[in-house]
Amino acid sequence: MKATVLVRPKQGILDPQGEAVQGSLRKLGFDVSNVRVGRVIDLELDEDGSEARARVERMCAELLANPLIESFEIHLETGQ
Amino acid sequence: MSSKPVVAIVVFPGSNDDRDAAWALGALGADPVLVWHAEAKLSPDTGAVVLPGGFSYGDYLRAGAIASLAPAMGAVRRFAAAGGPVLGICNGFQVLCEARLLPGALRPNRQLEFVCRDASVRVETADTLFTRRCEPGQELVIPVKHGDGAWYADEGTLMQLAARGQIVLRYTEDVNGSLGNVAGIVNDAGNVMGLMPHPEHAVDPLLGSADGALLLAALVEAAAEHVLAAA
Repeated sequence: MKATVLVRPKQGILDPQGEAVQGSLRKLGFDVSNVRVGRVIDLELDEDGSEARARVERMCAELLANPLIESFEIHLETGQ
Repeated sequence: MSSKPVVAIVVFPGSNDDRDAAWALGALGADPVLVWHAEAKLSPDTGAVVLPGGFSYGDYLRAGAIASLAPAMGAVRRFAAAGGPVLGICNGFQVLCEARLLPGALRPNRQLEFVCRDASVRVETADTLFTRRCEPGQELVIPVKHGDGAWYADEGTLMQLAARGQIVLRYTEDVNGSLGNVAGIVNDAGNVMGLMPHPEHAVDPLLGSADGALLLAALVEAAAEHVLAAA
């Protein structure tokens, strides 16, 4: 099964990268009120369903995200 | 047994201040030993551990994240749990935070620029293994060179650390957006310290400052004491 993990700077945490991107977008004429930059991690696993989710959650807790500063969201690819 | 205390310097792929640290510690009376990150053990005569500066694993994922899982870090964890002094410099500080041996996390500099210059830091407490050769309030000039040096912790953690005297060094000005201008902290037990400035680059007036030697000489002293206590 394929899984995608979205890692974001936690709400309330300053994201200087997002601010810089926002500034550049404004220079291009795109008036956006907020930009946050995170990370996408695509995984391929042997497990399926809830087992896969549990494993990816452990991966996030142990390595993929730092819970102090980042939040994460797991998307499992369903149906083929 | 050698009269010089052994200080193990863990070398990760991408470490680049390991030899500078070895040179500085050797000049200050230690027997520096480079330990490859894949080693799962430290020599039993180890008196202190240094996690050096650099860009372990190219800072992939988050600075220090991958290095924090290296086999040598298991040994460092056990050494720290047994009361052994551990000093993380720059990338080493990031590794210690990622390993949860120190509270908080290091984030990209507020200005999104790599800073590389002398920084002035104030000794907030001289009551640690690492700063006991300093005076409280003393200002030290030590170079910084990092892109991810903005230390962050939640408000409660910051207040708790300040109350317990675990904030060891603060920049005298905003260098990188670090919360409370924190430049170095120590763990609750007092034997694990991390700092962003590079004391190993400030051990001789010819290099612009010898202030870093105050911290490293204290570490060498702590290493000798740890060896004696363990004997």
